This record gives sequence, structure tokens and C-alpha cells, in this order.
Amino acid sequence: MIKTNPIEVDREKGNFHYNTDYEFDAGIGLSEDVVRYISGVKKEDSWLQDFRLKALQTFEKKRLPTHWATNDLENIDFDVIRYYLSKGQMPSRTWEEVPDDVKSTFERLGIPEQERKFLAGVEAQFDSEAAYSRMKDDLTEKGVIFVGSTEGLKDHPEIFKKWFGKVIPTSDNKFSALNSAVFSGGSFIYVPPGVKLEQPLQAYFRINAENFGQFERTLIIADEGAEITYMEGCTAPKFETSTLHSAVVELVALRGAKIQYVTVQNWSNNVFNLVTKRAMAHEESEVRWIDCNIGSRLTMKYPGVILRGRKARGEVLSIALANDGQHQDTGAKMVHAADETTSNVIAKSVSIGEGRSTYRGLVQMPGHLKHCKNNTECDALLINSDSQTDTYPAITVQGEDHSVQHEASVSKVSAEQIFYMQQRGLSESDAMSMCVNGFVNDLIREFPMEYSVELKRLIDLEMEGSVG
Amino acid sequence: MSTLKVQNLSVYIEDKPILNDFSLEIPYGEVHAIMGPNGSGKSTLSKALAAHPNYDIRNGTAELDGHNLIDMEPDEISRAGLFLAFQYPIEVPGVTIANFIRAAIQARMEESKLFKAVDYYKKLYQKMDDLGIDRKFTARSLNDGFSGGEKKRCEILQMAMLDPKFCILDETDSGLDIDALRVVSAGVNSMRSSNRGFLVITHYQRLLDYIVPDKVHVMWEGKIVRSGDKDLASELESKGYDWIKEELAA
Repeated sequence: MIKTNPIEVDREKGNFHYNTDYEFDAGIGLSEDVVRYISGVKKEDSWLQDFRLKALQTFEKKRLPTHWATNDLENIDFDVIRYYLSKGQMPSRTWEEVPDDVKSTFERLGIPEQERKFLAGVEAQFDSEAAYSRMKDDLTEKGVIFVGSTEGLKDHPEIFKKWFGKVIPTSDNKFSALNSAVFSGGSFIYVPPGVKLEQPLQAYFRINAENFGQFERTLIIADEGAEITYMEGCTAPKFETSTLHSAVVELVALRGAKIQYVTVQNWSNNVFNLVTKRAMAHEESEVRWIDCNIGSRLTMKYPGVILRGRKARGEVLSIALANDGQHQDTGAKMVHAADETTSNVIAKSVSIGEGRSTYRGLVQMPGHLKHCKNNTECDALLINSDSQTDTYPAITVQGEDHSVQHEASVSKVSAEQIFYMQQRGLSESDAMSMCVNGFVNDLIREFPMEYSVELKRLIDLEMEGSVG
Repeated sequence: MSTLKVQNLSVYIEDKPILNDFSLEIPYGEVHAIMGPNGSGKSTLSKALAAHPNYDIRNGTAELDGHNLIDMEPDEISRAGLFLAFQYPIEVPGVTIANFIRAAIQARMEESKLFKAVDYYKKLYQKMDDLGIDRKFTARSLNDGFSGGEKKRCEILQMAMLDPKFCILDETDSGLDIDALRVVSAGVNSMRSSNRGFLVITHYQRLLDYIVPDKVHVMWEGKIVRSGDKDLASELESKGYDWIKEELAA
């Protein structure tokens, strides 16, 4: 159907694996020694090692959130995961310098090609550390910083320390605590006042090793009036054993800044994807999360915006596709903490086969604030009779002065629709795929073009195997 | 040689026989009309020939231009050249008319051939103008929120764009006012040719004043009970179906 696709990415594309030698390996399982090892490899200051060790204690104390979330979480065996693997070199600035086995992986995923086509900068993380990181020279001259978290801490501690852990505290949840203890990799971005990036920066996260847990930590600060779009993609090979990906992403939009954060999550079906993402939006700033979840075994992710400055605006546009053996538990959190703040959430989920999608939304508007607005729309599409969807909105509004709108719908692709489309010559899977694309179409139009094309292609591929 | 040849067809819905030993042959270049009271099996015939999954064909054969339609998938039948204009076109939210017809055309194209978007839109706009459909409709979701007349025009638009060998019009006149009826009929008439066949299913003679058939068949309890030329339609209109029933009982 959609034959013109500049970016060839599909669900099987990430399913390959080259054997790799690692210089640094924290071994199997989690302990204080593992945390000290990671901190030691990175030659960190003692405050950071203490921060990590304290986070480990928090992680151990906190229970899994199975009182509200799925029991599948109990199947994560923290004792068999490898928490740190790296080749022990700083990220290269040219693809030539990247070790061959790692380079082949990213070439196969098309990353260097995308960089040439439409990106202002790329960071490519392979297991625990970035293998490649580069940004266009003119941005460096303007004072933009785009490096990995390890480099960020070393070279720009004055900015990093100021915001690190301030949007998402260690104790936010069990997995943010785990990330705080063992984090490695991720992006550190600072955009100086008034600098507007015309092209996106992109990070690509690759899990290569079996039983490996990836715990990147991303911190993006857009200073006053700055603008940035950041995109992340991810894949992993299909292993028999389950794998954990647990990131923490903190965004800070200072007065009048705009941040757009785009995720296309395409993990293989053995990955537990448990990610905490939150933004702090200051006065008149805008933060927009575009969140697409297509892969993984279980995703739990609720991008949030704390609207702490007057007239700040937060938005989450979310698309989830849950196929057989997948549970996409996604949503949004909008915490209004200043007058005249607005938030918008549009979530669309598609459940295919025995797939399950869950929407969880949180909206808070305290009574002492004035003129806050929220609009939430969540629509679910069911493809088969075994498909499942559920919605848990939690909206707390106090005071007289606010405006809140919530709409939810569930629809099903009907046999009559498929017959009608088949009568015009479309195969059953093409017809399904058109219905699904039609369902998410108005939302995809909001996406950066490069990603909307990729996403449509991914949806087509997902639907191909769903008809039987 | 015929475009459509149906022989001894028996069709069931949930174990209830609807078509019973039904036979019909429509040669190239001809337009046949089937008339009959409600429940006589007219729509069942059209759905069964298009392989709707709820219609169970238990006996008989159906051939289109040499293809054996029995056991073919609905999309294969469509690509083999059978077009069914639905009595109740289905709404498909989010899928635009332009994208849908484009996908339907591409489904018929050889892999190696290149789709020419400019030519496509030229043809699409031309046909829309002919059928009195506003060009803005290309961006509207398929049948979604359309009036009855808009839906029927959209069916004929798809038919014109897909260039089928054989067309079944299932009560295309229902829900049409007289102006729309004229436009839709003109659209159908412009497609009449020596290498295409038509089956027009209707309750009323009115449509056949505009689309003049070569033959008229009367259907009753799942069978064709009488055939004749276009005058048979007029006779039915004046005498009603009871006349046929009485004759059959006699």
C-alpha cells in the first residue's frame, strides 16, 4: 500500500546479532559491588557513587507495583540480568572509528544513512555505552551540547548536576530507583537561550547481548526560548530469555522553550520496557511527547509534564500497537502547577490477536489555580475477538475555574468493513492495515514526516501476520 | 461466450436455503435486470457471487469470464473482474476515498508497473465531475457520514475507476432522488460496452427507464420464475408481483 518509504525499518529488522567482545562486564546479578564496578569504570566522583548506592537501597526497599500493574512484572529475574557491558572506549566522532562489529550493526539498522538525510546529530548506544556521537559543527559553535550521560557528567557538571534527578526523583518508582543505581549511556543535551534547532537530534538504543539490561539516562535542557526535537529509536535481537530496558528521561523546558520528544519503540517481544519519562515545563514553554509503542513484551510508560510555569503547555500524543504476546500499558501524566496551563492528551491503541493495550491517564488541577485546561481523548481499536483493551483515567480537579474534557471510545474492525474492502480487490491483510492506518491517521499527521512514514510501514508489517 | 454463468446454485444462510437451484447466464455486452419481492433472494445472489463469508454455497457453479468463482476469496473475485455496488455501502472511518480507490487499483497492478499519480487524479476528478461529486470528497473518509445519495454515487465512482468486466448493482436506486437517479444511471450507461456485462437488481421499474435492460428476470423464492424483455418490467409495475404468484400457483 504505502510503497514509498525512505526509512526501511520493520519488526524483524532488529532481529540479528553479532558476537562481540566486551572489555568491561559487571557480571550477572545486582549488588553493591556491581554498582561500585559501574561507577569505577566511569571514574565517577564519590557523590555520584553515593547517589547510586543509595538508589540501590531504595530499589531493594520498593515493591513491584503489582497492586495496580500486571503480575507479569514478577517474571523479571533481577538476578540473571547483566547490568553493564562495554568496550571501554569513548564514543567515536566518526563512523570509521567505531569498532567493526558495532558499526555493522548500526549500518544494518540504517543509522548513518538517516544521519546524512535529515538529522542534526546522532548518538548510537550499543548495550551500556554510546559507540558514536556526533553533532553538526555549527551547533557546537552555537553552544549546543549533545553527548552521552557519562561525558555530560564529566565535561559539563555545572549544568548536569543542577537538573539531574530533579524532575524524576530516585524514589519515584522501583524502576527509576534501579535506573538511578546502574544507569549508563543515554543523552545529555543542552540548548542555549534562543537557539532553535531546525533538524532533530536522534539517539538510537541497541541491546546486543543476551540477558542484558539497558538503563540509559537522558537529560535534556532547553534554555529560555530554545527549541529542539529529539527522536529515539530502539531495537534488540529476539532472545529466548527476557531482557529489561529501564530508562529514565528528564526534560527541562525553561521559559518560552519548546521541546518535542519522539519515540518509536520497536523492541523485540522478549523485552520488558519499563521507562519513566517526565518533563518540567516553565513559564510559557511547550513540551510535547510523541510516543509510539510497537514492540516489547510489556511496556509501562506514562510520559508526564509538570506544568510549573504560567501558560506552560504539555502534550502527549501516543500510539500503541499490541499484538500476540504483548501488553502495551501506556498513557500520560499532566500535573498542573501554575495558572493558565494547558494540557492535551491524545492516545490511540490498537489491539491485535491476543494483544492487550491499557491506557492510564493522570490529570491533576489543584483548587488554588486559575484557568487551567485539559483535553484527553483515548480511542481503542480491537481487531480480533480475543483482543483486549482497558482504560484507567484518574482526573483530579479542584476549584471552579478549570476546564476538563475527557473522551474515550472503543471500536472494532467489522467483518463487513473487511468484506467491503476485499470486494474492491484489497487482500484481507491490506484491508486490515488500511483500517488501522485510518484509525491512527489523524494522529500520525502530527508527527515529523520521517517518522510518520516509518510508522505507517511498521503498522502494515504488523498487520500482515495478524490475519489467519 | 458469457461473462457470467451461474448454474444450479444453492445458497444457505445458517442452514436456511435462500437460493435454490438458481441458474442465469449473462453474455458480454448485455444488461440484465432481476426484479422480485422482498426476500426472494436477490441480494443473496449478489453477496454469494462476491463470496461474502456468511453465505454458504452448497451446490452449483459460478463462472466469471472463465474463472470459477466458487472457492475464490472475495478479493480474488474482485480482481478477476466482478464489481458489486452495495445496497448499503459500508463506512470505513479514516480511510479517504482517494487513498482507497488508489489502493484498489494498485492491488490490480503488476508489481513492476509504476503507479502514475497524476494520471490517476486526472481520471478520478473527471469521473467525479461526471457523477456530480464535489472534488473535496477525495479527502473524505469512505462513506463516513455520507447521505444515501452520496454513498451510491461513490459506489458508481469506484466502479468507473476500477473498470470491471462485470458489474452487479444491488438496489442502487434505493434512497436516490430523481436527479441523483439520472446522474447515477448516466454513469452506468456510459460504462455499457460490448465487453462488459451488468446485472441490475431492483424493486422498481423506474430505474429501468434510465438503464434500459436487454432482459428482465423475475425472482421468486430463490429461483428465476419468468424472463422476458424490458416490457416485463412495465407489466410487473402495473400488475404487481401477485400476478406472478397467482400464475405460479395455478
